[in-house]
Amino acid sequence: MSTQYTVIGTRPVRHDGADKVTGRALYGADVQMAGLLHGYILRSPHAHARIRRIDTSKAEAFPGVKAVVTAADFSPVEDKVVDLGEGNTPLSYIRGNVLASGKVLYQGHAVAAVAASSVHIAEEAARLIEVDYEVLPCVLTAPEAMRDDAPILHDNLRTKEFGEQTGRVSNVAEHFRHVMGDVEQGFAEADLIVEREYHTATVHQGYIEPHNATALWNNDGRILVWCSTQGAFVVRDVTACILQVPVSRVKVTPMEIGGGFGGKIPVYLEPVAALLSKKTGRPVKIVMSRKDVFEGTGPTPGSYIRVKMGAKKGGRITAAQAYLAYEAGAYPGAMVGPGGMCVFAAYDIPNVVIDGFDVVVNKPSTAAYRAPGATNAAFATETVVDEIADKLGMDPLEFRLKNAAKEGTRRADGPKYRRIGCVEVIEAMKNHPHYSAPLEGKNRGRGVAIGFWFNAGLPSSCTITVNADGTVNLVEGSPDIGGTRTSIAMQAAEVLGITAEDVRPTVVDTDSVGFTAVTGGSRTTFATGLAAYEAAQDVMRQMKERAAQLWEVSPESVTAEHGVFRSGDHSITFRELAKELSETGGPVVGRGAVQPRGVGGSFSGAMADVEVDPETGKVSVLRFTAVQDAGKAIHPSYVEGQMQGGSVQGIGWALNEEYYMNSSGTMMNSSLLDYRMPTALDLPMIDTVIVEVPNPGHPFGVRGVGEANIVPPPAAIANAIYHAIGVRMNRLPMNPPAIMEAVWSQRD
Amino acid sequence: MQGKVRVQATINGEAQEFLCEPRQSLLECLRDVLGLTGTKEGCNDGNCGACTVMLDDRIVTSCLVLGVEAEGCRITTIEGIAAGSQLHPLQQAFLENAALQCGICTPGFIVAAKALLDRDPAPSEERIRLWLANNLCRCTGYDKIVRAVQQAAARIPEAVV
Repeated sequence: MSTQYTVIGTRPVRHDGADKVTGRALYGADVQMAGLLHGYILRSPHAHARIRRIDTSKAEAFPGVKAVVTAADFSPVEDKVVDLGEGNTPLSYIRGNVLASGKVLYQGHAVAAVAASSVHIAEEAARLIEVDYEVLPCVLTAPEAMRDDAPILHDNLRTKEFGEQTGRVSNVAEHFRHVMGDVEQGFAEADLIVEREYHTATVHQGYIEPHNATALWNNDGRILVWCSTQGAFVVRDVTACILQVPVSRVKVTPMEIGGGFGGKIPVYLEPVAALLSKKTGRPVKIVMSRKDVFEGTGPTPGSYIRVKMGAKKGGRITAAQAYLAYEAGAYPGAMVGPGGMCVFAAYDIPNVVIDGFDVVVNKPSTAAYRAPGATNAAFATETVVDEIADKLGMDPLEFRLKNAAKEGTRRADGPKYRRIGCVEVIEAMKNHPHYSAPLEGKNRGRGVAIGFWFNAGLPSSCTITVNADGTVNLVEGSPDIGGTRTSIAMQAAEVLGITAEDVRPTVVDTDSVGFTAVTGGSRTTFATGLAAYEAAQDVMRQMKERAAQLWEVSPESVTAEHGVFRSGDHSITFRELAKELSETGGPVVGRGAVQPRGVGGSFSGAMADVEVDPETGKVSVLRFTAVQDAGKAIHPSYVEGQMQGGSVQGIGWALNEEYYMNSSGTMMNSSLLDYRMPTALDLPMIDTVIVEVPNPGHPFGVRGVGEANIVPPPAAIANAIYHAIGVRMNRLPMNPPAIMEAVWSQRD
Repeated sequence: MQGKVRVQATINGEAQEFLCEPRQSLLECLRDVLGLTGTKEGCNDGNCGACTVMLDDRIVTSCLVLGVEAEGCRITTIEGIAAGSQLHPLQQAFLENAALQCGICTPGFIVAAKALLDRDPAPSEERIRLWLANNLCRCTGYDKIVRAVQQAAARIPEAVV
């Protein structure tokens, strides 16, 4: 494999950059069209209640109101199990989260929607909808929801245990167990055993752009949708499923998207806007408020975790056991599965037991958030690992190196690693000047942690058309959240031997490109990049044929390098050959459609220096270094950007962020003032080290880089706090009250 | 329905006249009445900074200003930052430094950062961080934004003749 790249590894200006610094880029909320109506969603004030009756008559009579819908407006259909790519889910759950039917399961649960000539009128009218609730007791944490006397959210939810249906109605949707080796024997061999328990709070992805959707139920029966989403095809398929129409009846245009981090995969507004449009015959736009975003969309699970690990004096881990109970929110799907896969993923441990519980509670139905499930788990594992290293008197990175997962290491959930960069990441941390820099001053400490996250494959499609001026148009289906137009275009450019600027990438609607899965799972540069690579190879095959035609030689004799085609004494550049297309048979269009298997997971490391104010409990991050294996960094600036952004989300999760709920399940901090995300003033520069251990499953070696970076920061900061003030934190967030409580309990 | 009010203001250097309901915010007027959708809504309660615009010589979160309060004011939005086809040095620095990912907060950051550089052509890192603490970005971790502002500051003396 040649590593002499001309485009890959450079830092061109992104193709959509000018539009995004001038305000011209059109996001979902910017959609305007003739006759547009505005929608507003009425949400439940109760965390758990039966809906006895909904009376919409006063709202319907309000001047300016054009339509009101409730769950009763969905076409009647027997409940059935559907598979929308994330396993089998009852249709009633999917519909129920969009508009509640029978019961509300969390404060903020959508109950009804109004379309009116202005958003203010729609909001006023929604307040006139009378909902008669029978308030039920609520349950807000996994340990409480697992008790036998807990209020039950779903009368039809039966616990699946070890893959088998138990028939038992409970709030536990699933209990799984991974076993490897003999954990009892492993602990018996250990010289030191550390077992700790952890609580982590529900946190939100915190994208700055609220969810939005505009829908038109057109007169030909087609449903047209414009929205901000991580996956236009997911919106198409889910909307079609909820409305019980064929997917070909729905066309989704993904607008620019203002952040997602996993939270803009679920569908909330599109089917509701479509129902309102059907009733009115006009396009309807719904935009969430920030409060709606916090209360009505999926955060990432809060969790209760126990981790026990044992090690020999020499530093080898002999056994590890984890108990993970994650809060799914209102409907099953707590991301505890990946939590269980990731909890010990960085280590080669012979004896392991992992128990995972997916538990429904009266909170918003959770969604993915950057390496979903892994950050909670790593917070537990990496603080236990730090404690063991400390008690054994070993350097924490040396201890990790001694136990690091490598090619051939088997994870407890089954798979054996192919080539991975865990060791290389730890080595890079050790060799970084940050690690050996002196850290002086009272109440200051340095902490490290590592983490793992996957790289999803899944389908992606792409076409490339050659223009007569030697540039190409690249059409793809991956919404661009962080510069992926460019990282995808660069891979095509590398194959074609042209510049990144000579590739014009466009993200198009679901009628105009082949199926493409979500921008998520750290897959876009990997999988859609591979589709672009294949499409570019297809273009090159055709271009060689055209050159062969011009020269009257065999296509096999034509070679291409750095944008120059050659055969014998003949040579022609890509640009010159592009002019000859109409003379040699017409347009050249290349296609790439992939569902790659050669995924490359990524390891990351975080190193943090903190200072703790012993009077107030405030933790300041003084210095932070993020290290990650990118496989091959296509556009290093945007790889660094992922690492810095993920690190800072991890810092926010560590120190401030939480859903603060009262005992009746009302979120008390649903604004960006009270749900405090890090600001520029809270942070130092975030230093980055890109490690490149190429993924053998991708032609350029790309691994997923979007997510692994959020996994280690909370643990690194917890470890830094310990080294600063000698207190082991077992709770997220580690905000001033939590720090003071820990300090005081240690003094007692 | 409430009656609409006529408002006259200078927006991005041009005298404009528009009708707005008394309850509409300046943000709504810019986006829905005037079609200037470059100014973004992230929270509608003044805490995210995505809707930052210049009102006379102050930066404001336009979601907390009523449209009628703009009467007689000079307003600069993201659409008024570039000089015609020439990007402002801040816009150029944001592009070159990859200081945006999703881009939704970018208009607010650029308007706020320009107000800073107009006052202090060579701000320290600390001053940049304090000044921009009203603007939330969830993608970048701020590192590349701070660097872009520093680079633009270094370039502005040569760029603005």
